[in-house]
Amino acid sequence: MKDKANWFDVLLYLFLGLFAISIVFAFEHLLSLSFSPSYVATKGGFHLLPVDATLDNYQKVLESKYIWMGYKNTLIRTIFGTVLQLTVTSMGAYALSKRFFPHRSAWTFMIVFTMFFSGGLIPTYILIVNLGLMNSYAAMILPGLVSAFNLVIMRNYFMSLPEEIEESCMIDGAGRFRIFFQIVLPLSKPILATVALWLAVGHWNSWFDVLIYITDDKLFTLQIVLRRIIITGTQQMVDLNVSSEVMNQMQASPEGVKAAAIFVATLPILAVYPFIQKYFVKGIMIGSLKG
Amino acid sequence: MQLRESSLHKKGLRRFISDFRLYKKHWALAVLLLPTIIYFVIFKYIPISGLAMAFKDYKIGLGIWASPWVGLDNFSFAFSTATFTRAFTNTVIISFLKILTGFPAPIILALLLNEVRHMKYKRTIQTISYLPHFLSWVIVAGLFSQLLSPTTGVVNYVLKTYFGLDKPIYFLGSNDWFRGTLIVTDIWKDVGWGSILYIASIAGIDPSMYEAAVCDGANRFQRLRYITLPSLMPTITIMLILRVGNVMVAGFDQIFNLYNPAVYKTADIIDTFVYRYGIGQMKYSLSTAVGLFQNLIGFVMVVGMNFVANKINDSGIW
Repeated sequence: MKDKANWFDVLLYLFLGLFAISIVFAFEHLLSLSFSPSYVATKGGFHLLPVDATLDNYQKVLESKYIWMGYKNTLIRTIFGTVLQLTVTSMGAYALSKRFFPHRSAWTFMIVFTMFFSGGLIPTYILIVNLGLMNSYAAMILPGLVSAFNLVIMRNYFMSLPEEIEESCMIDGAGRFRIFFQIVLPLSKPILATVALWLAVGHWNSWFDVLIYITDDKLFTLQIVLRRIIITGTQQMVDLNVSSEVMNQMQASPEGVKAAAIFVATLPILAVYPFIQKYFVKGIMIGSLKG
Repeated sequence: MQLRESSLHKKGLRRFISDFRLYKKHWALAVLLLPTIIYFVIFKYIPISGLAMAFKDYKIGLGIWASPWVGLDNFSFAFSTATFTRAFTNTVIISFLKILTGFPAPIILALLLNEVRHMKYKRTIQTISYLPHFLSWVIVAGLFSQLLSPTTGVVNYVLKTYFGLDKPIYFLGSNDWFRGTLIVTDIWKDVGWGSILYIASIAGIDPSMYEAAVCDGANRFQRLRYITLPSLMPTITIMLILRVGNVMVAGFDQIFNLYNPAVYKTADIIDTFVYRYGIGQMKYSLSTAVGLFQNLIGFVMVVGMNFVANKINDSGIW
């Protein structure tokens, strides 16, 4: 099946290489700016390496208490959100994976229907206001507690587990809860890990819920602090819930500081990305099964 | 669908009611399901009932149910404004432009990667191409607003220095360029991730077909044209149909983080419209009506496209 390498291969390798470089370069350029004094960014140009390397930008970013608060809040919502979501979703998915469960298809329909039709932004917002959840971690976790998509995927996985294991446990006298927590969940580690990763990345990157439900600076997450830092200037006039204190501190951040802030916030993802990437790829294949 | 209908038929209702006795037998499972059901009722079905706001003149003091009914006034008012019409047109145009470019892009990437014979090179390109998918649009928008800046951005610098462009291009600030920028950044962020599915489908093609083709003297392009592409067609069809069903999804996260008042003319979509008028100006009833309108079109499109998918090759999602 070996053809000789020809001009097509050269073009192919070149094109794909350029595409990859466009991604790497975007980060590399920004990384250089983050280590350069602000005049370098203002002058413009093409930088693969920092000019007059300095840590000033990072010092400024790390001095901001909002970055640290953002980290704290992001970690809290990511950890608690992921654990709670995974627990509730897997419990529901397990119940619906049992063919003998009464009204199973009606319950499933009720859940799946919300994937295609929802109340939308404003009614949900009014609900959160009426429930008194504004300015709370609950507002970041509860509105997206169970995703219909994840539930269906987990349900399908549970259905693929052999029934005999559970039956033999039943004969040995184990109850449903015990079977679920001590037998089914440990057997489902692959799907739990995949969904947990999706949920964790989702929480880490989530910003819109904070933008609309949180007005208290102390609860701002990393993404929102970052948004204030890098998008103020173009966006501030149309933006809402802008706390004036944050605004004054962050206004007109020099390009170098913006670049440093992007890296401070992205570093955890860049650091774990090479190791978790393959689980996501596996996950997308599980997810593409027909529900 | 067929099964469900026949089971509900005739004796169905009586059985449906008698099934309630089974909850006692399976109480433990019911307990496990309960939090999920409570969640869906509170956070999904109460907002759906809240859509009544679209037909009312919602007053914060009165609440949704005590506010007066106004029939279709909110809709007719929205339809009469130029801002809504513009948002609707922009949503459809941006979405179609994205289908036209962003849909084939991952297929092409997968086909190209399939031709790479050095596994290390292939894997490196793949790993790099997935990366932007894991970053939020806040970060990607921050990245591009720096790279594309007319004064300090590296893209304009390169265009000026190496291509002799006199005036900088306002990629994010001009109505001529904004949609193009949306398309390119959209592809940049998600093409790698989108290609995974196609790469997996290609890996599933029976290698004996290629071996036979080689025996018959087919070259690489002929193998691509007569084996790989036809084998991918079912996947491509279903993905295209689903994508067209989501035509009302034009990319809120991306546009909201990249746009500014200077480009509302070409960039303001229904989602950003609902956000600005609803959360921003507290015109709750108006923006709920607009949201409901978008929701209904989206729903009809998804259901319709799924019907088409089932008709073509039984590949619908339900």
